Amino acid sequence: MINPVAIAQIVILLFVFVMLLSSAAGMVYMERKVAARIQQRMGPTLVGPYGLLQPLADIIKLAMKEDVRPKAADPILFALAPIISAATAFTAFAVVPFGAETTFFGLLDQPVPLQVADVNVAILWVFAVTSMGVYGIVLAGWSSNSKYSLLGALRSSAQMISYELSYGMALAAVLVLAGTMSIRGIVEAQSGGLLDVSRWFLWIQPIGFFIFMTAGVAETNRAPFDFPEAEQELVAGYHTEYSSMSFAMFFLAEYINMVTVSAIATSLYLGGWNGPILPDWLGWIWFLAKVGFLLFFYVWMRWTLPRYRYDQLMAFGWKFLLPLSVVNLLATAAGVLYFGL
Amino acid sequence: MGFNLILFYVFAAIAVGTTLLVVVQSNPVHSVLLLIGSFIGLAGLYVLLEAPFVAVIQIIVYAGAIMVLFLFVVMLLNAPREEIVRSSMLESGATRAVGGLLALAFAAELAWALTRSRTLAMSRAGETPAFSVPQIGQRIFQEYGFAFEATSILILVAMVGAITLAGRNLSKNGQGPNG
Repeated sequence: MINPVAIAQIVILLFVFVMLLSSAAGMVYMERKVAARIQQRMGPTLVGPYGLLQPLADIIKLAMKEDVRPKAADPILFALAPIISAATAFTAFAVVPFGAETTFFGLLDQPVPLQVADVNVAILWVFAVTSMGVYGIVLAGWSSNSKYSLLGALRSSAQMISYELSYGMALAAVLVLAGTMSIRGIVEAQSGGLLDVSRWFLWIQPIGFFIFMTAGVAETNRAPFDFPEAEQELVAGYHTEYSSMSFAMFFLAEYINMVTVSAIATSLYLGGWNGPILPDWLGWIWFLAKVGFLLFFYVWMRWTLPRYRYDQLMAFGWKFLLPLSVVNLLATAAGVLYFGL
Repeated sequence: MGFNLILFYVFAAIAVGTTLLVVVQSNPVHSVLLLIGSFIGLAGLYVLLEAPFVAVIQIIVYAGAIMVLFLFVVMLLNAPREEIVRSSMLESGATRAVGGLLALAFAAELAWALTRSRTLAMSRAGETPAFSVPQIGQRIFQEYGFAFEATSILILVAMVGAITLAGRNLSKNGQGPNG
């Protein structure tokens, strides 16, 4: 007899996989629609009602294209790079919880957590997987054997390594507050209080939240920090030579990384599935709403702010964000130690 | 237990196989990547040993930070594919004899280490092993605080030294470190 809890966990795993894939499609639609509205256009309207089937059309278009590989490229690494990018994007989401423990309406004897894996070093896991994501980009740039690709990859990895420090420092401040590295534990530490809202870490960590989101945008290579693919200077950066489905995998990785950063920000600062009105077992609606808002914020920012200059980006990361995050961590630690926050 | 045993063999095969390939195949960039694969296999073994913290640190520090540096050096120096050198000196009887002796010595050491490993305990006598993150943190910052701080000062000195050396060459050419 197979353990029903194990079946439930496999179902959750498949569910997360399918949801991440479809969230990328949803993001493509949202990106196009919001961009169009900001520029006073209509956006996609022809494919399906309100253009809702546009992502499907995009996927079919990408899949039908010829997969071109430059003659001088390293064939193994050229094929491997988009796989690394997409795989690390999926793997990071494994430790993110999206709802309270549930028995699925009494279907199971014991409650299962709504997440793929609840590990006690979850935060470090996210950090480790993001640091592996750099390889996808570096290898894509190098194996293409093209100067634009290589320059884009170098910029991108320098940017990711620089902002990873502030990212980690912001995470550490939350660890100090919650006293645990499990993301589920951090979310549970934020439950209760006034309307299930007043104990969110956002209220005691506003600077931490700002640092985390800024570093998160830089980590995912989105505007206004989208240097790796600054069109005017580098054609398309590290994925200049990619076409068809291997390009689609980089595209997918970028959107899934955005979803992961938003989901982690939601869990760490916005109380995860905690929220007023809705009962505990519907908490995932709050989770989806908060992640959705942060994703909208990503798109909103892209079409509002112009791109930084590269030296400004580096100066901002090293001379402003990193010192600020160190001060934030020290102040948080002192607060916990002397005032028992 | 059966499933863990299968996982052990899978991760062990990854670690040993990729490490062999690092040496055997000749493309330096591929070697760096295979070494990362080997580190990830090792991290899997650490998880099976119920040391998730060590596993994650293995990935962050070795597979993530240090190997990125390796990859950059290999890529930017544009290291060519290694050629197999054939010369009479390398193929003479004397070099083969020395090489054979060295290999024998290593094999003997390995066999000795493997037979002794059963008698060695996991940690020093009278000390419980630290598994969880708070336990490890308390050990590092309380019992081994001095050693930890000394190591960090050593690394800081090395960093300052590297920057000084790099900056001196730049200013000779009439450029500052930011030029």
